[in-house]
Amino acid sequence: MLNISDIMQTVSMIDHQHLDIRTITLGISLYDCAHSDIKTCARKIYDKICMKAEHLVEVGNEIEREYGIPIINKRISVTPIANIAASCESEDYSVIGHALDDSAKTCGVNFIGGFSSMVQKGFTNSDLRLINSIPETLSSTELVCSSVNVATTRAGINMDAVAIMGRIIKRTSELTAKNDGIGCAKLVVFANAVEDNPFMAGAFHGEGESECVINVGVSGPGVVYRALKDVKGESFDVLAETIKRTAFRITRMGQVVAHAASERLNVPFGIVDLSLAPTPAQGDSVARILEEMGLEVCGTHGTTAALALLNDAVKKGGVMASGHVGGLSGAFIPVSEDEGMVAAVNEGSLTLDKLEAMTCVCSVGLDMIAIPGDTSADTISAIIADEAAIGVINSKTTAVRIIPAPGKKAGDTVEFGGLLGSAPVMNVKSESAHEFIARGGRIPAPIHSLRN
Amino acid sequence: MKAIMTVSAHDRVGIIASVCTLLSDMGVNILDLNQTVMQGIFTMTLLVDTSTSTHTFDEIRSAIIERGESEQLTIHIQRTDIFDAMHKV
Repeated sequence: MLNISDIMQTVSMIDHQHLDIRTITLGISLYDCAHSDIKTCARKIYDKICMKAEHLVEVGNEIEREYGIPIINKRISVTPIANIAASCESEDYSVIGHALDDSAKTCGVNFIGGFSSMVQKGFTNSDLRLINSIPETLSSTELVCSSVNVATTRAGINMDAVAIMGRIIKRTSELTAKNDGIGCAKLVVFANAVEDNPFMAGAFHGEGESECVINVGVSGPGVVYRALKDVKGESFDVLAETIKRTAFRITRMGQVVAHAASERLNVPFGIVDLSLAPTPAQGDSVARILEEMGLEVCGTHGTTAALALLNDAVKKGGVMASGHVGGLSGAFIPVSEDEGMVAAVNEGSLTLDKLEAMTCVCSVGLDMIAIPGDTSADTISAIIADEAAIGVINSKTTAVRIIPAPGKKAGDTVEFGGLLGSAPVMNVKSESAHEFIARGGRIPAPIHSLRN
Repeated sequence: MKAIMTVSAHDRVGIIASVCTLLSDMGVNILDLNQTVMQGIFTMTLLVDTSTSTHTFDEIRSAIIERGESEQLTIHIQRTDIFDAMHKV
């Protein structure tokens, strides 16, 4: 039989260190749902999702019971709706948003992603219609998540899209003002978006994906934190090795679950995404891992280096453990969802500027950050442009999920509830970027995009 | 199906008897058993085979959890695959 201490270690990871499967995400292609009549298109989408995802929640719960591992979320991602609705003779795509919402509710999943558009180089008419439908859709649905890819290393940055998304974020916030602008928590602006990301709000089923696929997202900041407690004072070599070993174990668990889900749903396995995704719970924080490495508080000098080591070691441990590691794989740094990050912001150590630096080395970007409600659309666009530039130049995914909280100013707090947590409203610079954003056009792709 | 059961509790008389009688009553075969007491905490791991039972895995799991709650034992039952994957390369 297995070593008793190995067994008890696994049980303790689940019981006390918040080890869990964060999400089983079923990717579904909707290409065969296109129709010129938007209502028919919406009906076909609803029917297809309900048919394909009929057993997703049931199978997820069954695996949870048999393996004794909490599976927190069961989710669905679909082909970017801008591609599916292109032939619809309608300006307003919120009809499709409602069909997505209804199908998610019928299937019992807690989010559906893919109200999305890829506009890194330019807009089709459909892309513009979808983007203009985002505020209405996110304010009138509960479970729909939206994402827009505005830049890639290959194409450069579509600054027209960056400008528009500043206004879309503002509008979404205004339409969900009653709930502190929560609509913006379901909207991600990407650079170098990945097609197989199982995590929300940025999940969508990319163009190169098959008809249906199972992607699994594993988490476990608490487990890494606990492992680092055992190597206090040791060198960085030991630190990196410890994180790698821990990441390996966690990812192996994800691999087992992914295969079980793939087999039982008769859907091909796509990837395992090992992302240290914090939750507001005590002991499930990425910030606390960085502090355990020897920083007095997250955000102080040294934080970027600590995060770089963490992100890299997580990837290295994960890649050995699964046949197909994909998605975003690394460490997330959402502020509102991480108890340690919130504390660091409240202490004044963690600022928006430092978070921006950290996004150069984390696996995504500026995530779940509340900013004052009177922040201008231009300033939001400029924040997106900075973030996209980091992604494009460094050939990595970056994202902005930022919430202008209506009526709130820096220092206030907004409550989103559940996994989204609560966020201190962070200060943004008051100087204008209006003329910069108003230029329009594209920032050309960097020289290293020419690799052929 | 092969599964690992883990039982932990403050040590007292009759824990093994209680757990093993339940498994026997449900027709679950014990393949291996390991037990120790450290600082007053009783810890036991069992490798069991549920295919010998006429009950479903869910029924066995529910009965085990119920027994755990009534006797203040922390009990888990999980498929062995997960431990193999995490601790064997």
